[in-house]
Amino acid sequence: MLILECPYCGVKAEETELSPGYEAHLKRFGPGSTPEEFEAYMFARKNPKGVHFERWRHTYGCGKWFLAARCTATLEVFGTYPAQVSEPPADIIAKIQARRPDWRPDWKDTK
Amino acid sequence: MSDPVSALNGASFQGFATIREIGPLGMITLRARGLKSLDKAIKAVTGTKVPAPRRIEIRGDHACGWMSPDEYLLMLPYAEVGEAMAKLAKALAGEHHLAVDVSDARAVFRIEGDKADQVLRKLMPVDFDRLEPGELRRSRAAQVAAAIWQQDQGFTLVCFRSVASYVMGLLTHSAQPGSEL
Repeated sequence: MLILECPYCGVKAEETELSPGYEAHLKRFGPGSTPEEFEAYMFARKNPKGVHFERWRHTYGCGKWFLAARCTATLEVFGTYPAQVSEPPADIIAKIQARRPDWRPDWKDTK
Repeated sequence: MSDPVSALNGASFQGFATIREIGPLGMITLRARGLKSLDKAIKAVTGTKVPAPRRIEIRGDHACGWMSPDEYLLMLPYAEVGEAMAKLAKALAGEHHLAVDVSDARAVFRIEGDKADQVLRKLMPVDFDRLEPGELRRSRAAQVAAAIWQQDQGFTLVCFRSVASYVMGLLTHSAQPGSEL
């Protein structure tokens, strides 16, 4: 059972109280973008085995969207944070690197 | 003026705990965040202070619950809602807020008795051992959204009116004599 702490209301909510929102930190490509960019935005997902950033909504609680960093292989949760950021905050990255020393942020290289 | 009717007309059930549908109860959803007149507005309607996150402030038959960072639920006698809406509009004039009378959109239940918590333990993914007095917990009861808090040796549960009979069924089934935990 996945348990995530909602950063808005502080409830340690179990999975059935939440709704998944899939990959976090997607950059939207809308009108004016190239077909390749739009296709990548629509369909290309990282789907890593390991550290992953996800959107979740505390549907049955305060109703807010938040983001979570967790490991897709072990279900270990590194932390949750409010959604008003374009990339994971430093404290979350530190928590991940404490547990996965080899892991490096990959968004610096991506578009 | 027509008489207000609650969703289940005050249905009740006596199992190992007592289940009662109460109401009609006046309820106002107030969406607002960081307003300078918020304290004053809530004080004027419910006589309570602004609740801290996940808390409910109860004063007699008035209460104010924290629903989310920008949402409060004001509870008051049904007949006072019209006047309260006017007070809110006056107190928060010119400030960005939304106040809606949701009295008829909700159903309210009381679960009472020494084992009232057991009725809810079976239905909600909530750690009742860590639920504090004065805490308002929004979660789900089986398949539908519900909010609960402890009050007067029991629990009060609020859900949407459209699922009132479903929730009554859940509570009735969960409180069957002999099914204590």
